[in-house]
Amino acid sequence: MNRPSPAGKVLLFGTCLADAVFPDAGMASIRLLENCGFQVAYPLEQGCCGQPAYNSGFPDEARAVALAQVKAFAGSDAPVVVPSGSCAGMLRHHYPALFEGRPELFEVLAFSARVREFCEFLAEAAPTLPDSGPPVRAVWHSSCHALRETGSTPAAKALLRALPGVELVELAREWECCGFGGTFSVKRPEISAAMVRDKVEDVLAARADVLLTADCGCLLNITSAAQRMGRPVRGMHVAEFLWERVSGTASTQQPATRAGEANHGR
Amino acid sequence: MAADSFDFPAALAKALADPQIAGNFKSALGGLRGKRLALFADPAELARLRATGKALKGRTLSRLPELLVQLEANCTRNGIRVHWAETTEEANRIVLSILRAHGADTVVKGKSMVSEEMGLNHFLEEHGVTPVETDLGEFIIQLAHQPPSHITAPALHMNRKQVAELFSKCIPDTPYTEDVLELNAIARRVLREKFRTAKAGLSGVNFAVAETGSLVLVENEGNGRMSTHCPDVHIALMGLEKVVEKLEHLPPLMRLLTGSATGQLLSTYVNVVSGPRGPHELDGPREVHLVILDNGRSNMFQDAELSGSLRCIRCGACLNNCPVYSRLGGHAYGSVYPGPIGSVITPQMEGLDAKGDLSFASSLCGACEEVCPVMIPLARHLRRIRSECEAAPGQGLVRGRGAKRCAVKTLGWRLWAFVERRPWLRERLLALAARLTGRWTPAVGPLAAWSQARTLPKLARKSLRQRVREEGVRHG
Repeated sequence: MNRPSPAGKVLLFGTCLADAVFPDAGMASIRLLENCGFQVAYPLEQGCCGQPAYNSGFPDEARAVALAQVKAFAGSDAPVVVPSGSCAGMLRHHYPALFEGRPELFEVLAFSARVREFCEFLAEAAPTLPDSGPPVRAVWHSSCHALRETGSTPAAKALLRALPGVELVELAREWECCGFGGTFSVKRPEISAAMVRDKVEDVLAARADVLLTADCGCLLNITSAAQRMGRPVRGMHVAEFLWERVSGTASTQQPATRAGEANHGR
Repeated sequence: MAADSFDFPAALAKALADPQIAGNFKSALGGLRGKRLALFADPAELARLRATGKALKGRTLSRLPELLVQLEANCTRNGIRVHWAETTEEANRIVLSILRAHGADTVVKGKSMVSEEMGLNHFLEEHGVTPVETDLGEFIIQLAHQPPSHITAPALHMNRKQVAELFSKCIPDTPYTEDVLELNAIARRVLREKFRTAKAGLSGVNFAVAETGSLVLVENEGNGRMSTHCPDVHIALMGLEKVVEKLEHLPPLMRLLTGSATGQLLSTYVNVVSGPRGPHELDGPREVHLVILDNGRSNMFQDAELSGSLRCIRCGACLNNCPVYSRLGGHAYGSVYPGPIGSVITPQMEGLDAKGDLSFASSLCGACEEVCPVMIPLARHLRRIRSECEAAPGQGLVRGRGAKRCAVKTLGWRLWAFVERRPWLRERLLALAARLTGRWTPAVGPLAAWSQARTLPKLARKSLRQRVREEGVRHG
C-alpha cells in the first residue's frame, strides 16, 4: 500500500448522523486511516456541524454549535477529516461566512483551513488500496456538497476505480439532488419525496449490487425511500465498503441475497 | 396576482400530482441544459466569462444611481421620454396614460417579465385596452389565460398537442393541426395583422446602455422588432437593474444571456433602440417612452448582501437546472419569477409574510449557483431570506421580517443547540430514545413528514461515540 510517511496525526469529525445511525461508517473511516499509517483521534467533545440550523434560518443557534466544534478540535494543527461532503462543506466553506465580522473569525478560519473531506484525504494518502473482496457492481451517488463545495467526488471515484474487484457505474442524473437537504426533507416533504423517488428509480436502473456514497444523509434518504417503495436498495457509506474490502471482511455471499437489506441502523 | 390568497402547499400538491408537468418539464429542461453545456464546453472559458459577467454587473450596481441618471440624460438627448415608477401601480398608470394620449385601444407586446410583474395585461383590459402578446410562448399562454411558467420560455409547460387544441379552439377558422410549422404560420397570420394595425407597441429591455442612451432587446422570433418598430408609439419597460455602463460591455453579457438561456451563441435578433424615427428615416416609432420600475429594487440595492440578486440578467438557467422547479413547473410558485431566483427576489418584492415560504422551497443543492452566469450566490441568498423569516420581528430591509417565526420552532432550535453543545447529554438522550422505542425513531414531529415517503431511521445499537471509547480509538 502507498503509505504516506511519516505517519501523521488526524482528527476525525464523525458527523452526528454517523454517531446516531451509521457508526459503522465512522469506525470504518477510523480503521482505514489507521491502516494508512495515521494516528487517528476522535475528540469526544464534538457534535453536529450546525448545518441544520444554518440552513433553516437560525444562524445564532448554528453559530453556537459551530463554535463548540471549533473548540473541540482546538489545540492541534492536525487535519480534521470528515466522512461527509455536506458536513465538510459546512465546516470548511460556511463557517467563515457564519463568523464574518465577529471576534472568533480568525480562530474559525484556522479551523476551517484544516478540514478535509474523507475521500479526498484518503485518495491523496493512499491512491490505491488492496482489494480482497469479491467482484461487485457499485453505483456511486454524490452528495450535492461533495460535488459542488468540496469537489471531492472525483477522488472518491478514483479510489473505487482503483479496486480490481469493483465495477463502478454512474447514475443517470448524478448532478441532481436526492431531495434530502437536511430539514428540507421535513419542511417540504412533498417535493423532497418526489425527488428521492426519482433518485431511487435511477439507482435501480443502474442495476448495481450496492449503492455507495460518502454522505450518511443521502444514504439514509435513498435507502429508506427505496424500502418504503417496496424496492429496497443495498446502500453503504463508501468508507465502510472500502474497509470491508481492504480488511478482507467483504461479504462473499452472492449480492442478491443481501439485496433486501437497507443497510442502515445496524 | 393575489399574493395574500396564495396557498403554497396546495399549489405544490397540485403541481406534483400533474403528470403533464413531470413529463413536459423534464424533457424540455433536459434539452435546454444540454444545449447550454454544449455551448459552454470549455470550463476555463466559461469561468472567465462568468467572472466577467459578475464583474460587469457588479460594477454597474456599485454605481447604480449615477448610471441611471446618465441613462436618463442620454435617452432624453436621443428623444426617448423617460418615466420613473416606484410601484407597479404607478407604472401601469404611466403606460395607460401614454396609450390614451394616442387613442390606442390595442397594444402589441413583445416579451416583458416586468409587465408580468406589473400585472399590466389585466390592468389594461380593465381600462378598455387590449394587450396582444406577440412572443409565441406568451401568445399561447395568453390564449390559455395563464401566467408564464418560465422566465424565458413562458409556455414551457404546454406540449404541442395542447397548443394545437388551444389554437383550433380560440382562433377563428383554424383547423386542428399538430404540425409545428403550420402552428407557427397560424400565429404569424394573426400577429402580422396586429402589428400592421396597432397604434402602440410595448417591449421589455434586456440591457439599457447608460453611455449611449440605447435600449437593447434580445429575441429570436422577430416579433420584438415588429413591436418596437411598426407602431407609431413604442413603450419600453425595465427594472432599474437593467442598466449597463457601456456599449462595449454588451458582448460578454449577451453571450452569457443567450448561452445560459437557450445555448445559443447569439440570438437571432438583437434590437438596439436609440430613439424615435429621425426626420429622413422611413420606419421606426415616432415616439419612444422608457418606463423605469423600482418595485422594491432600491430596497434590495440598500442591502449589502442581497443586492447581489440585482445582477440577475433573467436567463432562466437557474430554473433549468433546479430539481425543485423541474418537478413543480413555474405556476406552483404563485409568483411572476419562479425557481431559485424567484424565491430570492419575490419575497423581497412582495414581503416575507406573503412569499417568505418560497425561500424554503429549495434543498440548497447549489445546482442554481453552479450555472448562474453572473454568479449570484443563490443558496446563500435563500438562507438569508430564511433567517429574515425566522428573525425577531423588527426593523429590517426585507419587508415582513420575522413573519414566519413561531415560539415552538424557535424553542426547538434553542434546545437543539443546547444539546449539540453537550455531547454527553446527546449520547444519553439517544440511548434513552433507543431504549424507549426499540431503536426505531417515532413518527412524531418532523419525522412524521419524513415517514410519508420513507421508512423511519433506526438508531444504532451503540453510538459512534460509545464505540470509539470501547474499541480503543484515541479520544483525548
